[in-house]
Amino acid sequence: MASDILERVKKVTIEELQVKEEEVVESASFIEDLGADSLDVVELVMAFEDEFGIDIPDDEVGEIKTVGNAVDYIGKKLGEGQK
Amino acid sequence: MITGIGAVTPLGTGVDKFWPRMLAGENAVGRITLIDPSPYTTQIAAEVKDFAAEDWLDKKEARRVDRFIAFAVAGATMALQDAGWKPEGEEAEEVGVLMGSGIGGLTFLGEQHRRMIEQGPDRVSPFLVPYMIPDMASGYVSIVHKLKGPNNCVVTACATGANAIGDAYHIVKRGDAVAMLAGGSETPVNEISVAAFSAARAMSTRNDDPLHASRPFDLDRDGFVVAEGCGALLLEDYDHAVKRGAKMYGEIIGYGMSGDAFHITQPDPTGDGAFRAMRMAMRNAGLKPEDVDYINAHGTSTPYNDRLETLAMKRALGDAAYKTKVSSTKSMIGHTLGAAGAIEALICLLSMRDSKIAPTINYEKPDPDCDLDYVPNKAQDHKIDVALSNSFGFGGHNVCLAFRKI
Repeated sequence: MASDILERVKKVTIEELQVKEEEVVESASFIEDLGADSLDVVELVMAFEDEFGIDIPDDEVGEIKTVGNAVDYIGKKLGEGQK
Repeated sequence: MITGIGAVTPLGTGVDKFWPRMLAGENAVGRITLIDPSPYTTQIAAEVKDFAAEDWLDKKEARRVDRFIAFAVAGATMALQDAGWKPEGEEAEEVGVLMGSGIGGLTFLGEQHRRMIEQGPDRVSPFLVPYMIPDMASGYVSIVHKLKGPNNCVVTACATGANAIGDAYHIVKRGDAVAMLAGGSETPVNEISVAAFSAARAMSTRNDDPLHASRPFDLDRDGFVVAEGCGALLLEDYDHAVKRGAKMYGEIIGYGMSGDAFHITQPDPTGDGAFRAMRMAMRNAGLKPEDVDYINAHGTSTPYNDRLETLAMKRALGDAAYKTKVSSTKSMIGHTLGAAGAIEALICLLSMRDSKIAPTINYEKPDPDCDLDYVPNKAQDHKIDVALSNSFGFGGHNVCLAFRKI
């Protein structure tokens, strides 16, 4: 499950930020390492919402700073949905 | 002084691509492909077919910016390359940008509006505001080329490109910049724009015969053909250009403007506003009617414009109007709205450089109200020292630019 989420987060990130696959590692920060600005992050979060069919409230966007954060956050959301 | 030019047109991206085709009288009008045209009253346009945003922007930006911004960056980049100059350091603070757009990023706005209706307001892109505002042409160009001088935008509908060049000319002339990138960019082949111009009954509906739809000054004209494009000119201070050893296409010697104060879309029925813009340009250039060798007309192919512009040209030039060459290059590339004044300005410069006038194609049946020499159907060799370019926009904006060969 987690590896599937990682692959899909990577795919969306590569598509949205037009970065190279090898750059999208779990520790990579969207802003500091992958060249995103604040508007890119908003768009990226929307793309995650579309990809995973989840809702990410604005006050929780701050938790998603790195690729790994995104994977954890999305895993938690999807887990909640299954309960 | 104009020292660099760049263009994105339906006859090709790049001056070297479109200009020979224009002199050959080629036609870029066809059935719309950028959207499904079948529901629209007008189903034809002149589209740019050879443009790839990735050639001008990095991959991430190329993928998402509105097309009018990508066109603006392409045109401006070509103008700087043509000028052989890359302003850097303190010099870049002396170079500004004044690129306009008549309507801005309506393609992106349309997509996002649909998204909002279908998926809710939370789904609207954070890039909607920056990509739809017309001033982003100037903003984006300044960011890409790090140009830190005066940065501004003109929005005067179909007179936008000409106003941008005229206003930039004044900025350089009064010494607030050593150079300005000026022009216009427009990409109106999207759903909402085509629907809106159809509703305004301004466009040709010759859907079955697109190659004959844009026919300025011809008796059977029935409206303009919408088109997309961008024109950009580098206006540079003369002494600076000389010091740099720059090539010079020509200089701007006059800039006239007026308002019709008559109707939101129809031109003044006496052609008075257009006449007064021409008179102002000629007056501040110190031109006599017989000095004008060529006029690149606004010539939209609407019944009103071509008749009233002819009237205005005759009032401005008197009997000399009959000896002046007039052509409408919109007959080949359609009406690029806010880009038209800029594309036509650089056509004037190319005409002076090559002593060749691009024709008015599709001129078949003379209109008794349009009785000047419209350079019908075939390009002509003609020495040009002075050229005028007319542009008129909804809202009653009239602009005339005067150019002189160096």
